[in-house]
Amino acid sequence: MPSPKDSYEEMVKGLWRENPVFIQLLGLCPALAVTNSAINALAMGAATTFVLVGSSLLVSSMRNLIPKQVRITTFIIVIATFVTVADFTLQALAPVVHKELGAFIALIVVNCLILGRQEAFASRNSTRVAVADAAGMAGGFALALFMLGCIREILGSGSLFGFSLFGPNFEPWVIMILPPGGFLTLGLLLGIFAFVKERRLQAAQATADSPAERRAA
Amino acid sequence: MFELDWGQLLWIFTTACVVNNFTLSYFLGLCPFLGVSGRIDTALRMGMATIFVMTVTSICAWFLNTYVLPHAPYLRLISFIVVIASTVQFVEMTIKKLSPALFKALGIFLPLITTNCAILGLALFQTNKAYGFIEGIIFALGAGAGFTLALVLMAGIREENELATIPDVLKGAAMSFLIAGILSMAFMGFAGLFSKTA
Repeated sequence: MPSPKDSYEEMVKGLWRENPVFIQLLGLCPALAVTNSAINALAMGAATTFVLVGSSLLVSSMRNLIPKQVRITTFIIVIATFVTVADFTLQALAPVVHKELGAFIALIVVNCLILGRQEAFASRNSTRVAVADAAGMAGGFALALFMLGCIREILGSGSLFGFSLFGPNFEPWVIMILPPGGFLTLGLLLGIFAFVKERRLQAAQATADSPAERRAA
Repeated sequence: MFELDWGQLLWIFTTACVVNNFTLSYFLGLCPFLGVSGRIDTALRMGMATIFVMTVTSICAWFLNTYVLPHAPYLRLISFIVVIASTVQFVEMTIKKLSPALFKALGIFLPLITTNCAILGLALFQTNKAYGFIEGIIFALGAGAGFTLALVLMAGIREENELATIPDVLKGAAMSFLIAGILSMAFMGFAGLFSKTA
């Protein structure tokens, strides 16, 4: 039986250290397609969280019953069921957002992040750890989507959650809410993360090296 | 069903292929787009396999939409994904039997077509747009051709890019996204190509 600390570990790692979008580069299609405004990004993050946690819960509790040969098919059908539920729920609760997101809610089925977590984690671990892992990964995914959505909405429409930020003189940078903006934003973000990481490594090395060695070099 | 409006079909093909390119303006199929675009020849083969699966999926989706799903609309997603998974499995077995060499060359990419969101996206868009049988096939061919085009262009640029000097921090995924962004901007030039006929 895993201790609560293990579950906590599994949950935290997905948020940043193994962030699905920025580090593992999984689930990119929705991450770019629906992040032209912050509210769309939030709705997509919530729907994905529901599907990922739900299917991880179900798959991990049935992990000893699923025959190995048909496991992928089983996972896909479990995921498709949860997505159908999410699709109809969103349609009933928030028809406007549902219309904006369009086919991308249905496309959560083929989000490689979700299938990947079932195959790599939920089908091998106890329910509690699996749900913690799913919640962490989904949280990280939602966080990444929200970041992209905010950046693109602020630059592309000059607003956040539909509220104008800069007043009437702001000239919106329309390309940021169009498809190329998605690719460029994510590319530049990845570049910035790599830059920060390298700087930190260099700083760590500089303090680790003794002054004598540095003088010799 | 057999009275064809060639102008309409051409419009569907071109729109799916370049104007609303699946990868560069709908962000569908990004995983293979980034994963398989290292070499031109692999990219081309992947594109061919995708075109084939898309066409078969489109035909199956039309039959499902016409005969099965009116009775049970909530089964739409599940039935589509099962059709796609079985098509890919079928293609895999056929290629393995007929041409083991090609099977080996395609390798892991073949089963991965199942989770290519461009394929499920195709089936869903086709349903939303209420395309007929022939229109659906043309739509699938156009979308597949557009996917292949984007993949091969990307592979060509990346092959050249290997020899270029780029900053260390941008190497790998970051650079691929920036290239894709510029490609996507170039494809935006096609928008409005058919604005009159549309």
